[in-house]
Amino acid sequence: MIVKLIDYLRDRLKTVIRLCYLVLALLVIIDATPIVDKHHAHTAMEHLPGFWSVFGFVACVLIIILSKWYGHAKWFGSKFRIMSPEDYYDN
Amino acid sequence: MTTDFIHPAFILIIGALLLPFIMGPLRKPYLILVPILAFASVLMMDNGTYGVVNFMDWELTFGRVDALSKVFGYIMTLMCIIGTIYGLHVEDPKEHMAAWLYVGGSLGVIFCADYITLFIFWELMAFSSVFLVWFRKRKESLPCGFRYLMVHTAGGLFLLAGFVLRYKATGALDFNLLDVAHPTYYTYLIMVGFILNAAVPPFHAWLPDAYGEATVSGAVFMCAFTTKTAVYALARGLAGLDILIPLGVFMALYGVVYAVLENDARRLLAYHIISQVGYMVAGVGIGTQMAINGACAHAFAHILYKGLLFMGTGSVLYMTGKSKFSDLGGLYPKMPWAFVFTLVGGLSISAFPLFSGFVSKSMIVAAGFSEHMYWPAFLLTLASAGTFLHTGLKVPYFIWFGKNNCSKETWERAADPPMNMNIAMAIASFLCIFIGVYTPYLYKMLPYADVAQQYHPYSSYHLSESLQILLFTALGFFLLIKKLAPEPTISVDMDWFYRKGGRGFFWLARKPIQAFDTWFGEVYRTVGLYPLMTTAKFWSWFDWHGIDGFVDGLARLVRSIGAKLRTVQNGRLQYNIYYAVSIVAVLIVAYVLG
Repeated sequence: MIVKLIDYLRDRLKTVIRLCYLVLALLVIIDATPIVDKHHAHTAMEHLPGFWSVFGFVACVLIIILSKWYGHAKWFGSKFRIMSPEDYYDN
Repeated sequence: MTTDFIHPAFILIIGALLLPFIMGPLRKPYLILVPILAFASVLMMDNGTYGVVNFMDWELTFGRVDALSKVFGYIMTLMCIIGTIYGLHVEDPKEHMAAWLYVGGSLGVIFCADYITLFIFWELMAFSSVFLVWFRKRKESLPCGFRYLMVHTAGGLFLLAGFVLRYKATGALDFNLLDVAHPTYYTYLIMVGFILNAAVPPFHAWLPDAYGEATVSGAVFMCAFTTKTAVYALARGLAGLDILIPLGVFMALYGVVYAVLENDARRLLAYHIISQVGYMVAGVGIGTQMAINGACAHAFAHILYKGLLFMGTGSVLYMTGKSKFSDLGGLYPKMPWAFVFTLVGGLSISAFPLFSGFVSKSMIVAAGFSEHMYWPAFLLTLASAGTFLHTGLKVPYFIWFGKNNCSKETWERAADPPMNMNIAMAIASFLCIFIGVYTPYLYKMLPYADVAQQYHPYSSYHLSESLQILLFTALGFFLLIKKLAPEPTISVDMDWFYRKGGRGFFWLARKPIQAFDTWFGEVYRTVGLYPLMTTAKFWSWFDWHGIDGFVDGLARLVRSIGAKLRTVQNGRLQYNIYYAVSIVAVLIVAYVLG
């Protein structure tokens, strides 16, 4: 049953992706309407429509890029990287 | 002990000791019955103080029951039921015994009210849980277990030094809120002992090291008990200690960064324990009623969803023998139920609306905002985007979808796990959703229940905020998915210092500490005799029960296993580290008392 559902969605991947974009757009639009009561927002910038969308997207991109840089960079001017070969501790 | 209080740790410890004698068809019903009895004993408790024992000059309290200890006791025994069901197929009684003794240690810490009792159960946790690593029986399991034990022994010694110094200074051994407004050296020593178990950097590397190596069902236990017992201890003893806020925020982000780099699913989840416990540590540091509620609620929710995630990835490991993303992928037609359960865990940890994390994590962030701590609150929100990125998206995607990296053998072995595993995952999934949907269930149990019930997570603003953050994180994930493809590497972390940098430590242990020991021996012989006599009472008790009981027990253990492993260089190294650290601790105690 679960497998059938997943296969059904995978066969219509393009439609699924379009629907996802629609949901994202709706989220930002709804955030700009009075349906969302911003009375409890803590800071002024949170009143900007779609503030948390930008926050979420930028957070995600920053986390991936900075972490990968941290893992791949050569540290201490040598060949040492945080992401080391799997047998690093064996020798 | 009075009739209306039966210590749940007592039930589990006796249950564990009797387990080898219960055989055949009785074994499985017995395995389910004992944790249920422990859970029932927590349900039937009334608030109050029980099990007070006078030992020498001290009053030991085994049973302090109040809202804080009850909520932790409740979730610990509940998780013990789920974890035991998950491991029901394990034939070897020793693994169940180790798990129950471990939970018993955790419950002992939760219900005790003095530092001596706390220390005894604290050590019981470390010494029983290490077997859950060793029972994996791989070549790597043994040195990994030793590392785990050494780190926890060191942490225990910090705690010991802290409370002994406090006893010396104030004459008090009670385990209550310390004077966090005026912290002294012993407050910080106790804090180090606690935060080592909470896996706060730089004392965190033991966690992914050991949890990635533990047995399939052992990891389910380990991920629940050690760190959350430490959160309890922090909430009880150090609520409102300011330094915990930056430490908590830092660890929330640190766990996220390492989770990006990690290739092993269970190690990734282990790094996310560090991240999630960061919220709790920060919550304890904020220390308001709402923040303490949030830390407890999040610990409660976390034990269930993290257990569920370790059960889901554990079932993949159990069936296929693989846990690395670079060996897995595309498994959804073979293991659909494991996928669904893991996804529920992933959505819960990511704080999706209608799942448990949504009603617990947000309480801590909201407590930060209401105290006008904007930086911590925004950074914790940033970390929660990272949580969804990895646990909600990366784990399910690269195991059940993504590029199929399975070997032919892995693919053929893959199937949904045995019934008991599915049942355990179904129970945990149900609870994750139930907590998210029906908030009074959890909120009524919290230490400040009236404050908690005024908090309404399902406001339009909070819903809009969370959905935007989560779904736009998902957008970022799918746009950058190529960058996230699994890489067959391991990530070097703080454990480098005792794995590679061990030689330096070895030198340190031999030269300066030994020199100090010799010097101290001389001093002690000349001036130490009289004070020794006057404190002989404490010494005799502490030497025989405190030090000999645990430390010599460990020494014998290390020696007996070490003898078999004389060829393993690591084993001998740790043996030396262990002695060095023990000598330091004994010296500190000797100094304080002498």
